[in-house]
Amino acid sequence: MATNAANWNPGKITDKYPGVPYEEKLRLFAEVKADARYEDYLYGCYECGICVSACPSARFYDYSPRVIAQTMAREDVNRMYEILVEDIWNCAQCFSCVRCPRQNSPGGLVTLIREIAVRNGIKETRDVLQGYSRVIYKVMLKGNQVSPDMLQPDFFPDWGPWVRSFQGNMNLWRQAIPVDSLRGVTDAAWKTDDQTLRELYTIWFETGNIDLIAEIDEGLYELLLDVMEEALEDWA
Amino acid sequence: MSVSTLLSFDELLTKKAGVVQRDPAQAPTHDLRETLFELEAKGELIVQRVPEPYFEVKTKYGRTKKIPLEHTWHHKSCGQCGHIPGYTGSIFWLHRQFGLDHVDPTDQTSCTGWNYYASGASNAVAQLAVMARNFAAAYETGYYPLIHCGTSYGHYKEAREELIHHRQMRDQVRRVLDKLGKPLVVPEEIVHYSEWVHAMRDRIAARQVVAMDHLTACVHPACHYYKIVAEDAIYDDAVFGGQRTATVTATLGALGITAADYSTWFDCCGFGFRHVLVQRDFTRSFAVQRKIDVMKNEIDPDLVVTHDTGCVTTLDKSQFSGKAHNFNVGVPVLSDAQVAALAMGAHPFRVVQLHWHSTDWRPLMAKLGIDWQARWAEFEADLDDIRSGKKAGLTWAEADQPVVS
Repeated sequence: MATNAANWNPGKITDKYPGVPYEEKLRLFAEVKADARYEDYLYGCYECGICVSACPSARFYDYSPRVIAQTMAREDVNRMYEILVEDIWNCAQCFSCVRCPRQNSPGGLVTLIREIAVRNGIKETRDVLQGYSRVIYKVMLKGNQVSPDMLQPDFFPDWGPWVRSFQGNMNLWRQAIPVDSLRGVTDAAWKTDDQTLRELYTIWFETGNIDLIAEIDEGLYELLLDVMEEALEDWA
Repeated sequence: MSVSTLLSFDELLTKKAGVVQRDPAQAPTHDLRETLFELEAKGELIVQRVPEPYFEVKTKYGRTKKIPLEHTWHHKSCGQCGHIPGYTGSIFWLHRQFGLDHVDPTDQTSCTGWNYYASGASNAVAQLAVMARNFAAAYETGYYPLIHCGTSYGHYKEAREELIHHRQMRDQVRRVLDKLGKPLVVPEEIVHYSEWVHAMRDRIAARQVVAMDHLTACVHPACHYYKIVAEDAIYDDAVFGGQRTATVTATLGALGITAADYSTWFDCCGFGFRHVLVQRDFTRSFAVQRKIDVMKNEIDPDLVVTHDTGCVTTLDKSQFSGKAHNFNVGVPVLSDAQVAALAMGAHPFRVVQLHWHSTDWRPLMAKLGIDWQARWAEFEADLDDIRSGKKAGLTWAEADQPVVS
């Protein structure tokens, strides 16, 4: 059977979010498509499924990188909204999907869509990232994603008794590291110069990164703003 | 955007029907450095050259890549320094053993890519600016960046492509750097520390004092090392027929370790960036069921060796919960740098810091003939001295000396 306008999109599903106006979904779709990286990440989809066979998330979630590429390639605006609200948070961002013979990057598309979801303060995005705020606090203020003092038994019970043992010895063990920039540091991964952090804060302000935080967690935004502005005032 | 600006049906089909040209005589990617040098000639940026001496390796499609051996600025990994400090310590220890000139900077932030991949709470220009600030900081010292983290390495390679291909992004980043009083600098090569270990593997093997030829290991190649900008990873026809990255496997081979094949080698570790921090049901399920349990059932290795922050953490820490579900777990997970350091006689606690690993490493120490009880007693004496105020902390003076000779 020849492909035609009537049969070309057999996977098209019922609109799962009819309460959201089509125009709003179209606006979000346009934001994704307007990103300079979009054309680098999507060339068209053969729908071969090689990306799915390589995808770790597809094994444990109702998630498919092929659907991401298909939906964007077909410009299925309603389905893209569903992806933006739900699917993107299942992706592990390992980029195993770049095995794509068409050189698509479904994982890259997910990165773009996540950024749009954050920028627009989508309610489901705020919910997903609620437990993650302390990490954003750390990375934006310290320039490190993780630090030894984040290894708390209450947060990592599934890592076993090692975490409790570590917590009891953290300060001592950190002193017993020969690397100069690490020794004794517990609230960051390494010692970072004050000037370096001020430069980092400048980047967050100049690129609008700090404004994104206001969209997902206003309390965190206020907290970050206070600390960063004070540091930058001292610098000035 | 209006509905009319969406592609028409015919345009969609045309795009879908595009054909990938496959020509085995042609690399599917170009050498990015040519464009870099063109931009430098136009005064748009500075290209930092790989300093001599360097080692040449072959990448996936045959391009020769330069790996600096010294004069390196160590772009540390937040996950390694924060949670696996013996990983970082081993990299530095190896440099010190060979007397190679290097810098451990405090004018460095992480790439912040872990957060970007986890949450999307950043944007492309911010990510490029963080990278460019770090590269400028390295350039100002005259040392060449050596990237410890696999994600930073992959993220920077991708960011470098964006910077080169999108003028608008380049201009935006340059404006931010102007505010900081820094130049826009891009290194000629983005180099991962495991590529340095790969380049040094024969020199490391020449100074090996702990025999390892009775060990079998499973290698987990790190996704962000060889899947992002895949053409830049090291390949060697002699390693798995050139079908997998040679990094790590070739190093183990030089040390006499058998790197055994297993069916899920291509799978990621399950790290997931956000998942490992706040949604670990996925992470531990994947790490145990698709990696560790498979390795144990197919190979039963003495150790798992990998070359990235998240992979060591995920594969090591996830095994505890696997026990509760009767999965076949219980194999230590180390980085290639830690294995190389152990091979050269590094102290297992002062340098390799095995006490930060949760899966039992004692059987491995026993198999290597390393008297870990004696070494632990020495380390405990260090801790007592620190506790009593006799010394402020451990220093290289106490950690440099190999304990096996």
